[in-house]
Amino acid sequence: MKNKLLPLTIIISFIIVFLIFYKGLKETNIYTPKSEINKDIPNFSSEFFFTNKSVNSSEVFNEDKFYLLNIWSSWCVPCRQEHSLLMKLSENDDLILVGLNYKDNKSNAENFLIQLGNPYKKILLDNDGTIAIEWGAFGVPETFLIYRDKIIQKFVGPLNNSLINEIENKLK
Amino acid sequence: MKTLKIIIILFLLLTNNHLKADDQIERNKITKNLRCLICQGQSVYDSDSEFANSMKILVDKKLDEGLSENEIYDYFKEKYGEWILYDPSLNKNTYILWLLPILIFLIGGAIVYKKFKFKN
Repeated sequence: MKNKLLPLTIIISFIIVFLIFYKGLKETNIYTPKSEINKDIPNFSSEFFFTNKSVNSSEVFNEDKFYLLNIWSSWCVPCRQEHSLLMKLSENDDLILVGLNYKDNKSNAENFLIQLGNPYKKILLDNDGTIAIEWGAFGVPETFLIYRDKIIQKFVGPLNNSLINEIENKLK
Repeated sequence: MKTLKIIIILFLLLTNNHLKADDQIERNKITKNLRCLICQGQSVYDSDSEFANSMKILVDKKLDEGLSENEIYDYFKEKYGEWILYDPSLNKNTYILWLLPILIFLIGGAIVYKKFKFKN
């Protein structure tokens, strides 16, 4: 009995270790938070980009329309890439684009909008990055499709043509 | 009288400083248990990324609002999931993580105990 128990324990241990490594090493070790859909939008206070007037989030997302919140910054290279797509999206009357200017220098951000155009109906300021955390974001750019105070879809990273089509299909 | 006033003011300043130090200890403890999502493998405390710096500001804000350590963890868990914590709580996804070492310890203990018993 004693002679049988030891090899059996060793074999079982090896199998467990093998399974853990087999499963663990195949998976990516970069974690991306799950994008939960139908989650309520956070309640936060901010300031408008151009006027510096204080505003509460409930006053921003108050129309019965789709909203697209885009977290952007002038120093973020992928934001430049997706900007022309946002300009195209801004022509859609069913959608209101809201920008969240993330940890940016105001004059740089203004130049960015002058150079590439302003697709946003409203732009809010997030000087210390805490509002982006309220949204569950961890970098720029990130985009949220919102309807009736719920996040319908979340896009981490820059938007591309297929994602724009996806957004446009949701609006129909 | 003037000296007494100065002493009282100095005393108040020093005691307030002490309270601030307590906050700092609490903040460090919390940020050491929060994982940075940008530089994965580092805690928010160790990291100097934009994201980690914002997390530190937010932890300070939440402490000022009077939230407890666990309430702050719950807040971040709700935003980013259990993974944000270095010290995850016991639930259906983490029970193997918590119970396996205990199980291995018990099995090992049983083997050692048996060996000694047979020797004696």
